[in-house]
Amino acid sequence: MFDIVFWILAAVTVGAALAVVFLRDVFRAALCLVFLFFTIAGIYITLHADFLAVVQVLIYVGAISILIIVAIMLTREVWRGSPSGRLRIPALVVGLLLLGMLMFTAMSTKWHISDVPPQEPTTTAIGAGLFGDGGFLLPVEIAAVLLLAAVLGAIVLIREK
Amino acid sequence: MTLLEQFQLWLATIWPEWAAYITPAIVGIVVVLAFVLLTVIVFIWYERRLLGRFQIRLGPNRLGPEGIFQPIATALKVLLKEDIVPAKGDKLVHWLAPVVVFVPILLIFAVVPFDKGAIFSDLNVGIVYVVAISSVSAVGIYMAGWASNNKYALIAALRTIAQMVSYELPVVLSIIGVVLMVGSLSMSQIVESQNIPFIILQPLGFVIFFLGTVAEMNRCPFDLLEADSEIVAGYHIEYSGMKFAMFYLGEYGHALAYSCIIATLFLGGWQGPLLPPIIWFLIKIVAVFSVIVWMRSTLPRLRVDQLMAFAWKCLLPMAVINLFIVAAEALWLPEALPWIMVVVNFAFASILTLLWSRLFALGGGRVEV
Repeated sequence: MFDIVFWILAAVTVGAALAVVFLRDVFRAALCLVFLFFTIAGIYITLHADFLAVVQVLIYVGAISILIIVAIMLTREVWRGSPSGRLRIPALVVGLLLLGMLMFTAMSTKWHISDVPPQEPTTTAIGAGLFGDGGFLLPVEIAAVLLLAAVLGAIVLIREK
Repeated sequence: MTLLEQFQLWLATIWPEWAAYITPAIVGIVVVLAFVLLTVIVFIWYERRLLGRFQIRLGPNRLGPEGIFQPIATALKVLLKEDIVPAKGDKLVHWLAPVVVFVPILLIFAVVPFDKGAIFSDLNVGIVYVVAISSVSAVGIYMAGWASNNKYALIAALRTIAQMVSYELPVVLSIIGVVLMVGSLSMSQIVESQNIPFIILQPLGFVIFFLGTVAEMNRCPFDLLEADSEIVAGYHIEYSGMKFAMFYLGEYGHALAYSCIIATLFLGGWQGPLLPPIIWFLIKIVAVFSVIVWMRSTLPRLRVDQLMAFAWKCLLPMAVINLFIVAAEALWLPEALPWIMVVVNFAFASILTLLWSRLFALGGGRVEV
């Protein structure tokens, strides 16, 4: 049962990802990205990671997608779609390099599959992992500060002189 | 164990496994869908009648006893109307937008507990699921505004984004107050732990949550995205026929969903003496919805900057302070003495409300906010 669901979700995810890259209409591409976030949340559900799936919808569909769509609003001459830029060849090279690296990593890594049944409920384990002894509270906080610094940097960059 | 799971176990003894797996799900979906559509139809009639009372007129009272069949006639009229799509709009997105607005609202009802065990799916992360799913309809409204190729619709879409992003924060912060006391994110556990409804234990949290959700469901006085006097009808200006009906249904479905959530989080859900639980739940939903209609007919619409100021300068700081107070009480107060907490929280709520209401004082030389 889960196998069928997984393959359907995987096919839809890859299709949506291809649509994001190939669609000329920027707004439709952004919508495909939103759809992609959704199907990834579906894959999380098939992996019994309910909290992760819900947070994926909350953050990516609810917040990040909105940011992307607002960024499209601020794009000049959006009705022209996304024509290929002058850096076509370098972009292709960098893209192929990245793809190769990712493929190599995915193929050469020995993916460890745990025989332990999935935890139920997951929220307790996540809470203990975050706030318990030796938890990941500090790394998470540092990541938050880093993101805040990036946001401030973006504001400084685009502020009109 | 929920009723549907029991049904599934019973079915598994007489039917093959896959049928026993799928049938309860279909039955549950049909029941929830029927509940939503019927209640929405009754709500539309109820709001129009109630608005009539508030505005000292009659309201629809011709079709059927007390005009109860008026929404059905309205629905038929809307179905027969021509579906007009703007020539230069994005047709596919224009078609998809009402669906993206309406489906997440239906999905919220999956975790609403109507009775002990009468819940479609008792998710372990219930309340986070509600917050996550309801934020998706903002994307749908934005799609409608963009695809209409209309300036007013686009302004409405931008306003929606600003409003949703601003009011989500106080709403989530006041939910955390509830979750802190319950110790679980599951909706049925939230109901079961309310021996005293949380509206009495956390009055400030309730007020913040209520105002925030009214803003999120875009009802008056926060209905800036369809402000008829400024931007005509907002994001559904270019919609007609069945698609407009979907938006209309979505709006009332949203009101119903959040009435259910407010009743579950703060009013004790299906708990209550004497009457059967489902009746108590319906009474609470209708009470919440009546207050929302009352607000609509009493308060004038806010201006855009007032709306933003209200979210960021008023609701958000109050929500943070409320969260601190509740967290401190959950840590240090003995659980056997809830009445100390009630007194302290009511005192804090009144002091904070008075303080912030002075900040927004009109007149007295300062008219702007």
